[in-house]
Amino acid sequence: MNQAEIYLAAALGIMLIGLYGLFTQPHLLRKLIALNLFGSGIFLVYVAVARRIAGETPDPVPHAMVLTGIVISVSATALGLVLARRVKTLTGGTELPPPVEPEP
Amino acid sequence: MSGLLDIPWAAWCLLLPLFAAVASLLTGPRLASRLAPLFALATVLATAGVVVRVLQSGPFRHAVGGWGAPLGIDFHVDGFSALMLAMTAVVAAVITVYARAYFSNDHGSGSGAYFWPLWFFLWGGLHALFLTADIFNFYVTLEVVSLSAVALVALSGTPTGVVASMRYLLTALTGSLFYLLGVGLLYAQYGVLDMDLLRGVVEVNPATWAAYVCILLGLLIKTALFPLHVWLPPAHSSAPAPVSAALSALVIKGSFYILLRFHFDLLPHEMLVASSVLLGALGMTAVIWGSLQALRQPRLKLIVAYSTVAQIGYLFLLFPLCFALAEPGDLWPTKAWAGGIYHALSHAFAKASLFLAAGAVLQAAGGDTLVHLRGLGERRPVIATALALASISIMGLPPSGGFVGKWLLLVAALHAGQWWWVVGILLGGLLAAAYSFRFLRELFRPAPENLVLHEEPRMLGYTALALALFTLLLGLAALIPFNLLSQGAPFPPNAFLEAL
Repeated sequence: MNQAEIYLAAALGIMLIGLYGLFTQPHLLRKLIALNLFGSGIFLVYVAVARRIAGETPDPVPHAMVLTGIVISVSATALGLVLARRVKTLTGGTELPPPVEPEP
Repeated sequence: MSGLLDIPWAAWCLLLPLFAAVASLLTGPRLASRLAPLFALATVLATAGVVVRVLQSGPFRHAVGGWGAPLGIDFHVDGFSALMLAMTAVVAAVITVYARAYFSNDHGSGSGAYFWPLWFFLWGGLHALFLTADIFNFYVTLEVVSLSAVALVALSGTPTGVVASMRYLLTALTGSLFYLLGVGLLYAQYGVLDMDLLRGVVEVNPATWAAYVCILLGLLIKTALFPLHVWLPPAHSSAPAPVSAALSALVIKGSFYILLRFHFDLLPHEMLVASSVLLGALGMTAVIWGSLQALRQPRLKLIVAYSTVAQIGYLFLLFPLCFALAEPGDLWPTKAWAGGIYHALSHAFAKASLFLAAGAVLQAAGGDTLVHLRGLGERRPVIATALALASISIMGLPPSGGFVGKWLLLVAALHAGQWWWVVGILLGGLLAAAYSFRFLRELFRPAPENLVLHEEPRMLGYTALALALFTLLLGLAALIPFNLLSQGAPFPPNAFLEAL
């Protein structure tokens, strides 16, 4: 296993943990952390991709993309945290109520 | 004239809304609301410049900052992107006029205070999305659009609205991340991100398949195709009316646009045959399921939101008609492609009109349950006419834009010998008529004697009516959009002309 493969295997693991958390954890804070884990896994894929050919200088473009991705995920997480606090203030809970089918 | 064509209109039609967003943030809501129509008008003019350029000299590329691919991020504008830009600019400009009136009672304290910067970021994000030629930049623009859309949904401030907005955020982020993963897998193999460069090197192999599955999943979540639509009705129905209109009319078209770019301009044909049948089947299910849900909803905005779930389904019928069973030289793929896009276009106008009218009903009658609609035809004829005309396009009756789109899809399905889509298209039309008549019937009942209405700004009704009239115009003057669409279409020009 070379370095890139170890990175990719780790990335896959992190992504799966993130996705698992996203779908199983009802608490909004945990959901946001899970989303960040999923995102970090994807960023790690980009990092691994940068060193496709062993020995050569890493490709800088994936690093630029990861930086862009990090900026976006920080902003999205900030928005998510504000919304989660609003949900708590307005509904008193830290979980999303199940989607209600409006009664006819 | 050549001087006018030399101005980089494409850059302006992105810069103006972004500038407007920052300016609105700095000046505060009062001044922002005054300046908004000016910015909207300037953006429409810049977009018109792009459209004229494409009509006169065909598709073009613009190297942003003079860099050029593969290092820089290019704009690529052909007929399809110009049509989507024009749709966004016109609908968004009308919504801008509406929003000024809608938030006019709100003196900078409530949701109106934050509307303008978010609104122009949304608008600029959409323009950037339709302009870009770079698959990573699609991700960035998708996120600019999603984050502003999520914040705009939360502006309603109600528990339902904030919960819907939270759910929308989680779903939208998951969708974008899947898309980002797919882009990473493509870059790992080919080392380029520009669509034109990627098209030349992309091959069918397991890694490309993995990338395709991730990208497809991400974009389907964002486009809210059945069964990934659950987030859409609460978000679209609980947002303030101008926001609902923009979400249903424009935002979902953004991810649909990227989906079409990947299918028609990037990936090899043989990868898409099987998935296109799946997309068509899901689309058909969405048409039936969304319509049945719309039949059960107690409130106008929920009916209209579920109608969006159904109308999104139609868009996906173009995939099986274009990729399954078609031989080179067949004309129906051209028809199906143009029909699907035309449906997206006319749905934007009709759905925006319905949501704007619903907002006017909310302000006039104080609610939007079916009972609140009773007698509005008599007392608020402008709003009622807007609802009726826009519904004609949603049902797909002539002479509306909705008719042209559905007719082309129908004819394509008949030529292709895939009659089962025909059944679905017709059944969907009948169901759309059924759910539309649920509110139209109430509108044209005699007004109850004790009916008390609030004075809502008249502009709310007029703007909704303007968009509804536009859907009729799209039915009567269909050749202009088609002429634009044929510029740089993924079909030979003669096939395009013969098909129409």
